[in-house]
Amino acid sequence: MSVDAPARTLNVALVGNPNTGKSTLFNALSGIRQKTGNYPGVTVEKKHGAFTHQGQKVELIDLPGTYSLAPRSPDEMVTVDVLLGRQANEAKPNAVLVIVDASNLERNLYIVSQVKELGLPTVVALNMGDIAKDKGISVDVEKLAERLGVPVVATQANRKGGLDQLRDTIISLLDVESIPVESPFPDEFRDKVGQLHEKLQKHDAESTRYLAERLLLDTSGYLEKELTSGGQELHNWIVESRNQLAELGQPVPAIEAISRYKWVQSVLDGIVTRETTRKVTLSDRIDRVLTNRIGGTVFFILIMTLMFQAVFSDLVAGNLMGYIEGFFEIIAGFVDASLADGALKSLLIDGVIAGVGGVLVFLPQICILFFFIAILEDCGYLARAAYLMDRLFSKIGLSGKSFIPLLSSFACAIPGIMAARVIENRRDRLITILVAPLMSCSARMPVYVLLTAAFIPDETIGGFLSLHTLVMLSMYLLGILAAVGVAFVLRRTILPGETPPFVMELPSYKFPSISGVLMVMVEKGWAFVKRAGTLIFAMTVIVWALSYFPRNEDAATAPFADEIAQLETQLENASEAEAEQIEERLTEINNQIDGELLRGSFLGMAGHWIEPVVKPLGWDWKIGSAAIASFPAREVIISTMGVLYNLGGEEDEESAPLRETIKEAKWAGTDENVFNIPVALSIMVFFALCAQCAATLAVIKRETNSWRWPIFTFVYMTVLAYLGALITYQVSAAILLS
Amino acid sequence: MSKLSQLAVGQEAVIASIDATNVAAVRLMEMGMTPGCSVKMIGSAPFGDPLEVEIRGYHLSLRKTEADLVELVS
Repeated sequence: MSVDAPARTLNVALVGNPNTGKSTLFNALSGIRQKTGNYPGVTVEKKHGAFTHQGQKVELIDLPGTYSLAPRSPDEMVTVDVLLGRQANEAKPNAVLVIVDASNLERNLYIVSQVKELGLPTVVALNMGDIAKDKGISVDVEKLAERLGVPVVATQANRKGGLDQLRDTIISLLDVESIPVESPFPDEFRDKVGQLHEKLQKHDAESTRYLAERLLLDTSGYLEKELTSGGQELHNWIVESRNQLAELGQPVPAIEAISRYKWVQSVLDGIVTRETTRKVTLSDRIDRVLTNRIGGTVFFILIMTLMFQAVFSDLVAGNLMGYIEGFFEIIAGFVDASLADGALKSLLIDGVIAGVGGVLVFLPQICILFFFIAILEDCGYLARAAYLMDRLFSKIGLSGKSFIPLLSSFACAIPGIMAARVIENRRDRLITILVAPLMSCSARMPVYVLLTAAFIPDETIGGFLSLHTLVMLSMYLLGILAAVGVAFVLRRTILPGETPPFVMELPSYKFPSISGVLMVMVEKGWAFVKRAGTLIFAMTVIVWALSYFPRNEDAATAPFADEIAQLETQLENASEAEAEQIEERLTEINNQIDGELLRGSFLGMAGHWIEPVVKPLGWDWKIGSAAIASFPAREVIISTMGVLYNLGGEEDEESAPLRETIKEAKWAGTDENVFNIPVALSIMVFFALCAQCAATLAVIKRETNSWRWPIFTFVYMTVLAYLGALITYQVSAAILLS
Repeated sequence: MSKLSQLAVGQEAVIASIDATNVAAVRLMEMGMTPGCSVKMIGSAPFGDPLEVEIRGYHLSLRKTEADLVELVS
């Protein structure tokens, strides 16, 4: 072993425009060595990765994709703070890795020109060479590196191309302390920046030249509030300087884009060659159809229908679900055979297996949904979808940008709400966050699937669309319509304002990276399993305990004790026909005893107290209790109903699938079925509209930095859900049960 | 002088100026819409808004109201 100086960890920040393959590169470089979190106080995701190359450890910090390093909001400020080493608990990067799209160099070099003003050692990864080639663009990599004055490495992140060379180059930066700051601005402007920097340093020795420049350029006033103590003198100096620059033909803020793009053109002059007749690429041709007035709309509806059909059809998800169900049945059978009757057996079979198993069954559908969304995002269609939907969204005062967060919310409101960060306008973002939980997320799917499979007739309309799909589609539609209504009302009441701008890149279509898509799918699927294993498991045990204790078996059995003893003696000498009758009576008694025990439990007592509230919805107290117990997560209603109806169910059917169990459920002391189509619909509507998800409310709190909005969301959604379920039950009961 | 919002589909023109007093204008400039740069109208979404243009070799979407900020050299 050689005796080297203790190895220094190299901290590298990854920056770049959106749609350049930045996350693909980050994943390819750091593999599974990743950690995600959040920067405190803002909505910026903190993503760390690491790799070791030639014995050198490199820490990667993935910064959010952005077109510009011009901070105009706290979120954008974090990126700049990390790069300048001003962010607490984050080491100052030793180097910056900028990823650029080779097919779109002009716009991508804009941010490179900003990075070069930071003075940090820099590497440029020239990505997506294949798309550039399709477009007939070729780039002279050596000359580009020479003109930029920093190393340039051609990469193909989706095929892991060029990574070794990139790692080599990153490590070679270890010995570089800093590089000279290169500014594309005219001299007069640079002088002003220098003067401003000196002024700022008088108050704060740590202040940087880059932030002085940003302060001079930022006419929105955000940085002035952020960086200065608000002194009138400094403010006047800045305003006066801007006026002087404008007279010199260097108007702020336009001078920035003008200077930087002029620099970009001088860099690219002669080193990027295009074929003289611009190729009409496949991407162009696809785009012509997909954004076409008719073709685009038809394709949009088609792709959405296909997505939901794949999720709900028996072909893929249905079969996989069957296997998982079978697996839990085997385990339940094993536990049943190997344990004596008692609390432990009840806990395992009625609690854990019925509860957690009932939720895990939905894993295939959740994976399929995330798979689709990841593909659509990766291939570039989501941006087109936002483009197509903008007009509709602008009618309710939002922009097409809200489409992506809302679409993600169909998988889960949490990433959806976090995706709302791409919306710059605060009001717009807030409204998107507040209505995102109305999109039917994958946690509702178990509720829909269970109730639909159990109660909606399995018929098809026109030989194609199954009634099951139709009912579920209408639940999704209900959520969307409710969101439109709520957004419309919010815009006109508590969150008024102008419709925000819609300036968005429409990236070239590309073939989705299968490994990337699978990685997203596995990540989300695993998160769901983890939730089932922790939160849902804990809730299941609590609900089981509340419905099992206090258990006074003697008191419950006492009224029937004599009859049971009598029947059992009769059974010994009975003929076959008589025995059947006697056993039937015994089962009936057992059910009554179980029902009695459940009624006497803590949950039973609470349930009866709320029954008057939920009865107008067609619910019995078990559904009511299950709805309350599902406050932490919607899918808990499935596990809770599994527990509640199993405990009160027929003994020999303990391990029957829940959808069979609830079909048999009776109103206490009667022969009347609890569940019918109106009740099933009313539960579905309630869960389509309610805010039963503690994690969503917590994310809203974090993203809005206030308790006001999660409380508001919970209240408005619960009211909406109750009214929706009430109307659904009353109307459908009047139609179907009359 | 004509505006970007009035450009017909398939037509190409050079940007003369951008009304920089508007917030959306800073974003447009960062995305590459600077005076002297040429821009081509690709099409519009099903309801006629927003618009899709090609600039500096890539596609950008913006609303008509934003395209109104961009004056073209006629």
